[in-house]
Amino acid sequence: MPKPASTLTQEKRYLAAFASFERNGSAQDPAWAHRLRRAAIARFQSLGFPTARRGNEEWKYTDVGPIARAPFQTPVTPAGVEAGALERFALGKHGWSRLVFVDGAYAEELSSLSTLPPGVRVSNLAEVMAASPDLVEPHLARHADYESNAFTALNTAFLHDGALVHIPDGITVEEPIHLLFLSTSRQETASHPRVLILSGRGSRATIIESYGGPSRGRYFTNAVTEVVVGAGARVEHYNIQQQSEEAFHITTTQVTLGRDSAFSSVNIDLGGSVTRNNLNVLMGEEGCSCTLNGLYLVGGSQHVDNQVIVDHAKPYTTSRELYKGVLNGRSRSVFHGSIVVRKGARKVNANQVDKNLLLSDQAEADTKPAFWIYCDDVKCGHGAACGQIDETALFYLRSRGIGERAARSLLTRAFVSEVIDSIENEPVRAHVDTLVQAKLQEWLGE
Amino acid sequence: MLEIRNLYASIGEKEILKGVNLHVKAGEVHAIMGPNGSGKSTLANVLAGHPSYTVTSGEVLLEGANLLVMAPENRARAGLFLCFQHPVEVPGVRLDHFMRAGFNAIQKSKGQEEMDVLKFDRFINDKAKLVEMDRSLIRRSVNEGFSGGEKKRNEILQMAVFEPKVSILDEPDSGLDVDALRIVAGAINQMRSPERAIILVTHYQRILDYIVPDVVHVIVGGRIVMSGGKELALEVETRGYDWIERPDEALRAIG
Repeated sequence: MPKPASTLTQEKRYLAAFASFERNGSAQDPAWAHRLRRAAIARFQSLGFPTARRGNEEWKYTDVGPIARAPFQTPVTPAGVEAGALERFALGKHGWSRLVFVDGAYAEELSSLSTLPPGVRVSNLAEVMAASPDLVEPHLARHADYESNAFTALNTAFLHDGALVHIPDGITVEEPIHLLFLSTSRQETASHPRVLILSGRGSRATIIESYGGPSRGRYFTNAVTEVVVGAGARVEHYNIQQQSEEAFHITTTQVTLGRDSAFSSVNIDLGGSVTRNNLNVLMGEEGCSCTLNGLYLVGGSQHVDNQVIVDHAKPYTTSRELYKGVLNGRSRSVFHGSIVVRKGARKVNANQVDKNLLLSDQAEADTKPAFWIYCDDVKCGHGAACGQIDETALFYLRSRGIGERAARSLLTRAFVSEVIDSIENEPVRAHVDTLVQAKLQEWLGE
Repeated sequence: MLEIRNLYASIGEKEILKGVNLHVKAGEVHAIMGPNGSGKSTLANVLAGHPSYTVTSGEVLLEGANLLVMAPENRARAGLFLCFQHPVEVPGVRLDHFMRAGFNAIQKSKGQEEMDVLKFDRFINDKAKLVEMDRSLIRRSVNEGFSGGEKKRNEILQMAVFEPKVSILDEPDSGLDVDALRIVAGAINQMRSPERAIILVTHYQRILDYIVPDVVHVIVGGRIVMSGGKELALEVETRGYDWIERPDEALRAIG
């Protein structure tokens, strides 16, 4: 008797979509891109989705079976989107450069570029692959490993449209660059957003990735971002996720840091049925530092999993992580933070904190710090907490006339404010604050 | 103004208050003294509605209204204020925002006008002078990183902001040096008025040199065992609480 369709994984659909994509969607791309994609699809085929059946430690707490089993379509022709659909995701000031992608395809008519400093490129990756292969080929898919990660392999197989941000040496881009990835649910769509950020020596830039879709509907976003930060450069990176609560959202962000460079990221997760973020930072040269913050607010039966790996390959490197979660309903969160200090990486200073506030008895937070330290002369610390609202603080507020609901709301807002306040860019901070407050308002009613 | 009748309360299985009776009239200051573990702080917390304590019998009337059925916030709105012995740190909530939220919640419950940010700023700046509190603390998170003395001043600042009818001060003197004690006591004295009552819970007589009480009660074993004038505090100071625990001798001594 054949197995019921619901238990079958759907790798074949992606293979068929790949064949069609190679014939129609991307025939004009350079030969190296074709080679890369073919190698990636072959890798995906042999890896398969990391379901429980093939289970491993990395995917222990997050079941991607529902993604593997869903018959998602990878569209070849782009969907039209009304400009009005963008309003929910608009952020920042008028005049910021913005690239918009719909179901993974570049939407030129919705994108706008402000005047950028000379040499700065903010373009569709497909165009740059054809026009300036020397710029992208040395980096594209060289940082985000598709050999061991099936999702990265799948994304790489469909590599075509995407965002390319290139900041030449010594250039400061004052205004943030916004990359917006929208999903439609015209059908149960799979999309594979791709971002490559190359920041030259001593350059400075702020880049925002945001992900969203219709408020309801099932679709699958599988994004890969590679960030290469040159010596002495500074990159501020934001990732804001407002997917539908039925959507699947998988991201991999691979950051490679040059000497004395600094990278900061704030990752905000509000939507998604199953969300998994892999953030890998390679502290590749002496003196580089990173600050990785995150905030997730999940309710209902949402599941969010942040896997952060900081690889201190070189001496005198510093990392700071602060992730916070607020969990409502029957939601579940996973934080799996690994810190690696390689042999000879002296004077590494690494600190990691994950704190969770549970608003409901049925919510569950798993936090798992892991340290792999192969050098003595280092300073590493971590803290993890899961708990409910502090009853003594609640009583203190109520004893001053503040009603119970308002007091709970005030304390929850105080809990999240530490991450929100870490957003350096003021308009981005205001935007995130509005989204977070709206969510808390929905849950707490004040 | 505040009437406590035969109040019994426990924490978990342990009964701590065993029949407290107390009647405080408007305009009066009552001091409650007692050794460690006598139930002083429990009494203060029970009156404010602390959720860890269970009242097993008795009643408390605030201006005739049944206090014990009210949620903690409604007790505050009815005019009750607890000055905490160990004020709580609330990271991420600014002290001025916190006080304004409470102040406005109370105003709203009375159908009175709420105060906007600017007006409230001026209002608390004036109040802060009363306790000589550093104004920069007002913009920091509630009690976070405050010294022991700053926390106590903050409690008294809040008392000045909320202008309660009945204030219960749970050891406002603990951990204060002489200068800070003088400031805190001075601020409390300024808030004495014919419309207000104060219950001052203390372990030591020292603060009563500054805030002279109308009545002194001694609580031992969850019961008020003796009440008298301000001179009773001095007796306790010289003779210790052991003396009270032998009531016959004690009664003879004060005649």
